[in-house]
Amino acid sequence: MSLSAQFIQLLNGLASASSLFLVAAGLSLIFGVTRIVNFAHGSLYMLGIYTAYSLVNVFGGGMLGFWGGVLCAGIVVGLFGAIVERLLLRRLYHAPELLQLLATFALVLIVRDFALWIWGPEDLLGPRAPGLGGAVAIAGREFPQYDLFLIALGPVVLLLLWLLLTRTRWGTLVRAATEDREMAGALGVNQAWLFTSVFALGAFLAGLGGAVQIPREPAVLTMDLTILSDVFVVVVVGGMGSIPGAFLAAVLIGVIKAFCIGIGNVSLLGIDFSFSKLTLVIEFIVMAVVLVFRPWGLLGRQQGIPRGAAAVEPPLHLPSRGMFMALVAALALLALLPLVSDRYTLVLLTDILVFALFAVSLHFIMGPAGMHSFGHAAYFGLGAYAAALLLKHAVPMELALALAPLGGGIAALLFGWFCVRLSGVYLAMLTLAFAQIAWSVVYQWDAFTGGSNGLVGIWPAPWLSSGNAFYYLTLVLCAAAILLLWRIVYTPFGYALRAGRDSPLRADAIGIDVRRQQWLGFALAGVFAGLAGALHAFSKGSISPDTLAIPRSVDGLVMVLMGGIQTLTGAVAGAAVFTWLQDVITRQTEFWRAVLGGIILLLVLAFPQGIAGFIRERWEARAGKNRA
Amino acid sequence: MLEMKGVNSAYGRAHILYDLSLSANRGEVVVLLGRNGAGKSTTLKTLIGLVPPLSGEISFDGRRIERLEPYQIARLGLGYVPEERRIFTDLSVMENLEVGKQAPRADAPRWTPEKLFRLFPNLAGMRERPGAHMSGGEQQMLTIARTLMGNPRAILLDEPSEGLAPVIVEQMAKTILELKQEGLCVLLSEQNLHFANLVADRAYIIEKGHIRYEGSMAALAANEQIRATYLSI
Repeated sequence: MSLSAQFIQLLNGLASASSLFLVAAGLSLIFGVTRIVNFAHGSLYMLGIYTAYSLVNVFGGGMLGFWGGVLCAGIVVGLFGAIVERLLLRRLYHAPELLQLLATFALVLIVRDFALWIWGPEDLLGPRAPGLGGAVAIAGREFPQYDLFLIALGPVVLLLLWLLLTRTRWGTLVRAATEDREMAGALGVNQAWLFTSVFALGAFLAGLGGAVQIPREPAVLTMDLTILSDVFVVVVVGGMGSIPGAFLAAVLIGVIKAFCIGIGNVSLLGIDFSFSKLTLVIEFIVMAVVLVFRPWGLLGRQQGIPRGAAAVEPPLHLPSRGMFMALVAALALLALLPLVSDRYTLVLLTDILVFALFAVSLHFIMGPAGMHSFGHAAYFGLGAYAAALLLKHAVPMELALALAPLGGGIAALLFGWFCVRLSGVYLAMLTLAFAQIAWSVVYQWDAFTGGSNGLVGIWPAPWLSSGNAFYYLTLVLCAAAILLLWRIVYTPFGYALRAGRDSPLRADAIGIDVRRQQWLGFALAGVFAGLAGALHAFSKGSISPDTLAIPRSVDGLVMVLMGGIQTLTGAVAGAAVFTWLQDVITRQTEFWRAVLGGIILLLVLAFPQGIAGFIRERWEARAGKNRA
Repeated sequence: MLEMKGVNSAYGRAHILYDLSLSANRGEVVVLLGRNGAGKSTTLKTLIGLVPPLSGEISFDGRRIERLEPYQIARLGLGYVPEERRIFTDLSVMENLEVGKQAPRADAPRWTPEKLFRLFPNLAGMRERPGAHMSGGEQQMLTIARTLMGNPRAILLDEPSEGLAPVIVEQMAKTILELKQEGLCVLLSEQNLHFANLVADRAYIIEKGHIRYEGSMAALAANEQIRATYLSI
């Protein structure tokens, strides 16, 4: 690349960094004060770009119409954020952190379908900015004027935010509440009002970040999750809660990405390497590298456990005799079902069993081990691909099924080594990053994995294809694996994991190598997720990169959280209800996401302890009354 | 002015306070004595609303407050100084004071940063210093100054002498007596009997969440047996 081309790439990178920074700053602010990882932040960005598109159309593309439309879009999204905070999140501040996550994810689903309903499925490209529609000559090349405006926007917003946070009483209160919100409350600071205003400001920034993009990129319905993963990366690389960190990280990632596109294909020592293909993962690679060397991000600091939010996990009880009987009865019922049910129900049941194992393996690291993974689908998907690839390379199906879980296990062993060095939100983000890397490799390696088309013709051996044989195989393997995982929770290894979760320091002090135990736990969960993935591949006969994409990981989280994280059986209940609901609703309506999101919200608000947790509580209350 | 009647409090399933009743009046310094884990901190946290009581009545200046949020109680003029010096370490001294600021009250002394710097001369020289770069004693003074910025009518102090050098403890005692002079109602928890003797008018002894003794500080000082039973280690 020539020097002038490099300079243009640098400017391109800076231009795209600005919007990324606006959105990331909003997410970082909201996390800092409320400790909520707002999954719906990408949706706010998406609402910003769609709203700006409509407003500019209504106001007309003139100077006032365009800029007024862009600014109003930000304000509209900010108001929407305030309403969401007051009506929904406010009820959840005392609920476990992960439940808030679930609620914001339900919002993602609802907002997506809302946008589909209002604006339709087509991509919408906004008008050019009046007065900035042209190009200027820089270093002998044409460069869009609008991008110059964007380059300036980022630092201006950074400066304004800095002034707001350090020079106003509101900013001082926000910083105080970020550090110790309970103490701020005891000094007379009304947190409810502070939280609403912070959420509104964060949403405004996200909306504005979207709105300023209308001349540059079309509004697309899938942009909510795309920008979300970008923004997560920026916030984590910069350090959660650090606004200057978010700016630095946005610039770093924007510029590196632009250079990857600019370099394109190069031939090194006879090997062709495509840098533009790298753009899908480069930010995740940057994040992984940064987190390994600076676990709290570039400008972040170690997060203490937020005061006043320290919820101690209650101990897990040994299953009662009644529980055992119920389990045996459920298994017997599942074994007898094929005698009476139709083909369709069996397919659905197979799905439920597979996802139950997937969810239980995720619960194993989230519940007893306290490691929140946002990227568990990677191990599910790699297990599935291992099975498919082994079969394609002439390995008998039975052997492929037996070896495939190792695909998930080996990946979990490798990724886990990095992940267990972190905790909390950072760990969750790193798992997400690894899942995205795994996805992108599978997605792009056409020659080996079939790329975006995936692999087809992955059917079980003939003796398993007939009648109900595969259903029984799934039932036996999943039930055995789930029981084994549950059993492990009550072994010394399981106790060590729980000790490490409750107090890493004390566990270390009594001689438990917490990291090592967590690493093993992570790998073990990977093996079982891999088994679920392999069974999934054989039951469908084909796989695509979707098997290990982010939405699948989120499905797993929803299942575990719906079931209730403090219960062992919860993950199974959650998987069953979620898979069944999804199946029923997708057959009924085009807007299945909104319906599913609505149901999740209702569940979260009605049963903050999860379905199984709710049933257990009722059960205990009744048992208590009977005894009294 | 401040009164608890039959209050029960718990953290989750752990019941901490049992039918606790106590009171403190304007211009009076009342000390809550007891060993570690007796329930002293929980009593103060219950008063300020950080631990909502399961049952019982709490009133402040004739108003029932047991169902209010901490910020609402603080805005009625009840100040709370936590143990373990929870200052905002990212914020400077002046900013810490800003967080505690409330509108002046007609019936309570009015505090400004300048007036507080006269009470705590050490803080005057470090207005822009971040809380993280202060010594333990300076941090303890800042927590008290920060609460006073709310112009409270009554103040709860959780173990103010804990972990302080003797010289600072003397200074702390002097400060508390000055607050009493200003007409404040002061309720403090303590393990340090010597310190309590310096400042308190009346004392309660709490053990395992029950009030075991109530009387004037002078009477307690004279009662060897009570001290031996509930306070000696």
